[in-house]
Amino acid sequence: MKRTLVILLRNPLSAFGVLLVATVVLSALLADVIVPFPEHRGAVVDFANFNQPPSAQHPMGTDLVGRDLFSRIVYAYRISLLLGVVVLAIAVPIGVTVGLVAGYLGGRVEYVLMRLTDVFLSIPPLVLAMSIMGVLEPTLINGMLAVTAMWWPWYARLVYNLTRAEREEGYVLAAEVLGAGRVWVMFREILPNCVPSIVTKMTLDLGFVILIASSLSFLGLGVQPPTPDLGSMVADGATYLPDSWWLTVFPGLAILLAVFGFNLVGDALREILGADQ
Amino acid sequence: MTDAPTLLLRDLRLAFRGYTGVTEVLHGISLHIRAGERVALVGESGSGKSVTARIVLGLLQDQRGARITGQVRVEGRDLAAMSRRARVALRGRRMSMIFQDPTSALNPVYRIGTQFTEVLRRADPAITERAARARAAALLDEVAIHDPARVLDAYAFQLSGGMNQRVMIAMALANNPALLIADEPGTALDVTVQAQTLGLMRRMVADHGAAVLFISHNLGVVREFADRVYVIYKGRIVEHGPTAALFDTPRHAYTRALMAAVPRITGGGIPDLPERDDAFAAPMELHPGVAEPEAT
Amino acid sequence: MATPFLSIEGVRRVFGSGAGEVVALDGVSLQVARGECLAVVGESGSGKTTLANLILGIYPPSAGRIMLDGAELPARRRIEHRRAIQLVQQNPLSALNPRRSVGASLRLALDVHAIGPRAGRDAHVRRLLEEVGLPGEFARRAPAALSGGQRQRVAIARALACEAPLLVLDEPTSALDVLVQARVLRLLDDLRRQRGLTYVFITHDLSVVRNVADRVAVFERGRLLETGPVAQLFAAPAHAYTRSLIAAVPVVTPEEDALRARIAQGGPAS
Repeated sequence: MKRTLVILLRNPLSAFGVLLVATVVLSALLADVIVPFPEHRGAVVDFANFNQPPSAQHPMGTDLVGRDLFSRIVYAYRISLLLGVVVLAIAVPIGVTVGLVAGYLGGRVEYVLMRLTDVFLSIPPLVLAMSIMGVLEPTLINGMLAVTAMWWPWYARLVYNLTRAEREEGYVLAAEVLGAGRVWVMFREILPNCVPSIVTKMTLDLGFVILIASSLSFLGLGVQPPTPDLGSMVADGATYLPDSWWLTVFPGLAILLAVFGFNLVGDALREILGADQ
Repeated sequence: MTDAPTLLLRDLRLAFRGYTGVTEVLHGISLHIRAGERVALVGESGSGKSVTARIVLGLLQDQRGARITGQVRVEGRDLAAMSRRARVALRGRRMSMIFQDPTSALNPVYRIGTQFTEVLRRADPAITERAARARAAALLDEVAIHDPARVLDAYAFQLSGGMNQRVMIAMALANNPALLIADEPGTALDVTVQAQTLGLMRRMVADHGAAVLFISHNLGVVREFADRVYVIYKGRIVEHGPTAALFDTPRHAYTRALMAAVPRITGGGIPDLPERDDAFAAPMELHPGVAEPEAT
Repeated sequence: MATPFLSIEGVRRVFGSGAGEVVALDGVSLQVARGECLAVVGESGSGKTTLANLILGIYPPSAGRIMLDGAELPARRRIEHRRAIQLVQQNPLSALNPRRSVGASLRLALDVHAIGPRAGRDAHVRRLLEEVGLPGEFARRAPAALSGGQRQRVAIARALACEAPLLVLDEPTSALDVLVQARVLRLLDDLRRQRGLTYVFITHDLSVVRNVADRVAVFERGRLLETGPVAQLFAAPAHAYTRSLIAAVPVVTPEEDALRARIAQGGPAS
């Protein structure tokens, strides 16, 4: 763990990624402290200051009802990260279990589980999420549900392939010969050897979940106002380009930096943890 | 420079730079192989025998973090003084290699014939498809493959390990290289096939006039194949001598331990030997009649 | 031989079905006495690995039966059968879980079979390591920090942990350097004598067989060609195939050359 961090920080590119991720995560956690106008995350109206360009008081300008954009972006990070963490916290255990069971047991179980996975994978993710959101109320909870439904199959595929490879390793045979049960072999022998790949993918995916969530709200299907969301901010501001450029540029930049940061760290982790094996 | 040895290593050192600093892997290896000679470099895993082969092939010179000093001369030409391109041009023409596992050394997506043509084109870019095929068939016939048409149209995975090994030998000698490097050839094969391969290789290198650097951990195989033997231990040559003399009267403590550790088919049990011994670090033992050539 | 400890009776194993059917082993009958080391010799495709897997219960025989100490081993092995038959594999690199310490790998064996009081198991792990010639502190190390020979010793310790009377040794030293091989072979030999273990030693290396086995079974293409005491088999092999195997062994002394030459000519070995 410590060694991983040292290597991460030694490479300039991955160190930059760590910096970006740290900034995003810390600002989301400490939003109440660092933000100049905490109340602006809600339905506040300040017509005296509406649609102002960046200034000393509002470093990223204000939106169409006069709310501080910087404050809203920081709160939007909090929502996006929460979404990402919850989605992965549900999708990863499901996907990992499906992949492990299918890959280790094989036979009919493998056939049923992996065909089910294929069905989910064959639907374009945005379409699946849009149809779920269309049927259900477009709330934050349903948004998480929609994104989760399209995320677990990727983990099932990943872990399935890893498990198939690990199953041939001598230590798996050794545990079986020793008399260890199937559940033990799957979760205590094989799973720990898949963890580096899973962690790497999770890091990359935090960025993608933010992106997908933003796309959904850009289409008006995600987080609903007045809750701040990067995607809907970009969407709302797009009408006022190029004059009120700050309305789109700053939320857009915020998405870019977060996704970029998670990707840099994910790529670096892939190399570091992959080389460990 | 007609009397220059086919391969000459003088005080070859190799170090790798890593996170923990610089680790020296080869501590000054000197060896030579004259035209047509079969010379073995024998040692255990981690002794440095395989990296030596990779340096001779020019594969390590461009790797970041690898620091190589000392001389590597192939037919009198210093590899370090050559351009990268010139080094690459040596491979497949003046020197070639036979690998441990023949089946994985052949590309599974191309037919044997296609790969053979590629090999022949390295020496003669103008060779026609038909001429290449005829030449390949003749070479396969030399390695006792008497239905070359079938083999040339096959993929490596369709042939047995022994068959692939013969194909590899034929390919390696197709351009009449001056030096053949054999890295644990046949270790991945069954003993009976391994024995046939060894006999075949001996005949082929004699016919094609190639010198051989034979890298192995198997003393029995070395004894059967080589004229001269260098024993390498932890990046140093510890003993050098003609095969018969070295096997008859091993002089260095390490060689003696290695020799004693080989189980005998005449029985006698497994001897009680240390895995490590301070005596293994003793200076090199040289048998009469062998010496490194004078510096030029 | 009174009651053989391990008895393989008319065993056949087929893989696949229909046109893709492959007979890996056919009509094999073999007995191993308690405390004996039986070498199973053959080249790739001989069926020796299939035999090992059948004994271990990785898959059941298609026909015939396998008896241990007079009782037939069922197709679905129970936990006590697992405990009785243990395995040492060829590749020490993959035989230990890389994500788990050496001690944890050994603990698994003790935990699965509830061997000894729970509180004493860590001490037990250290004793096992010492029994195979490793320091007890190695329990805390990761497999990656061990050499090939050390890992193979850990794998042997794991097999001992179950107190299994029968070990299947699947090419246990063929991935090791010759000096390390000698140490590990001696260890296996000592353990067999001290603990009265029975070995099924699977290998392609006849020079190892000559020095560690009591009896030899030669396999070719799924069939048992011949069995016999090791001295007899090397003095006068009955089968041409066995002779060709012995004649192909690379050797290091003139005495061995002479033996090989005599056997290759089909004559008696003096």
